[in-house]
Amino acid sequence: MPHAQSIGLGLLLGILARVSMLRSDYRQYPTYPHGYASHLFLGIIAAVVGSVAVPALFEREWTAVTFLVLVAQQFREIRSLERDSLKALEETQLVMRGSDYIESIARIFEARYYIVIFVAASAAFGVEYSSVATGVVLGAIAFGLGAALMRVEKLEKTVKIEIAPVNIKGTDIYVGDIFIMNVGLRESREFILKNALGAILSPKTETARDTLASLGQRQAILHDISGILGVKKDLDTPEFTPIARRDIETGRVAVFMVPAEKDEKVFLEVVSRVPVLESARGRSLRRSGRCC
Amino acid sequence: MEVTIQKVILCAVADEPGKVAGVPTFYARDEESRQKKALYLSRILQGAVHDLGDGVLIVVKH
Repeated sequence: MPHAQSIGLGLLLGILARVSMLRSDYRQYPTYPHGYASHLFLGIIAAVVGSVAVPALFEREWTAVTFLVLVAQQFREIRSLERDSLKALEETQLVMRGSDYIESIARIFEARYYIVIFVAASAAFGVEYSSVATGVVLGAIAFGLGAALMRVEKLEKTVKIEIAPVNIKGTDIYVGDIFIMNVGLRESREFILKNALGAILSPKTETARDTLASLGQRQAILHDISGILGVKKDLDTPEFTPIARRDIETGRVAVFMVPAEKDEKVFLEVVSRVPVLESARGRSLRRSGRCC
Repeated sequence: MEVTIQKVILCAVADEPGKVAGVPTFYARDEESRQKKALYLSRILQGAVHDLGDGVLIVVKH
């Protein structure tokens, strides 16, 4: 069969690329077996598209380009698919992801399929142009490039994160010197004093200050820490809801939560690893040329 | 889509009449009793209790 090697290698490397990106991380998504199955299947389709397109072009089948564009359009649907499914789950979450985080996850899922197409097409091109070895090398380079492009900045890069004590002054709850909320029930105040964890996030740059100001970014932090440490909270105890409050004077943010597992080390690590969301990335000063 | 009421004072617990108007108010003279009433109300209404001082507690849906 002509082009069997190029299509075969493109398909193989494309599927491998999708499998390597299909890991369930600390965000716990996608964990469901059916989520895995549908993404694997779509990954195979993307790999087929990428690997078949190149030999078709070598055969001067220009209609293949039209089909490639058509299929790429179909992969745009992935974003809305992910968005819809995560939004549907929001209502039953104790601590929501927030629409910014959902949008960010949906965008990443869509982009992964374009990388699969790119890897498969590069590998197929390598085989068609030279040899299987070249195909493997080109496929690997394409995957490396894709992975580098997809690298997400972590919060710790631009934000200083420190544990801060949870204090109670009268009926007011503070994390360090930042006011969180007023709690009227004595029982709840005692519970908070015993179980709560707090951290203060100080921006290292002006752009990081913008990032921390974003409500979506703060909700993403709260969702991640709640996902890992758990929350001691139910529907009838809203006072134990994790909160991130901003000190408008300095731009620092205080994070307050009542975790199921009170572990300061893990708490700090999780906050450090929260991704900086695309929609929250501060750029106002950068645009005006005043900042890095 | 579920429709819920948010950011509203659901009720109040006060130590004497005349301090709160416009929302259902429960009265209790001593602090212990006010705390107990506020606890029950917050759990029933799924609201947070805030202390406004001067013997007035409010239950708020956030």
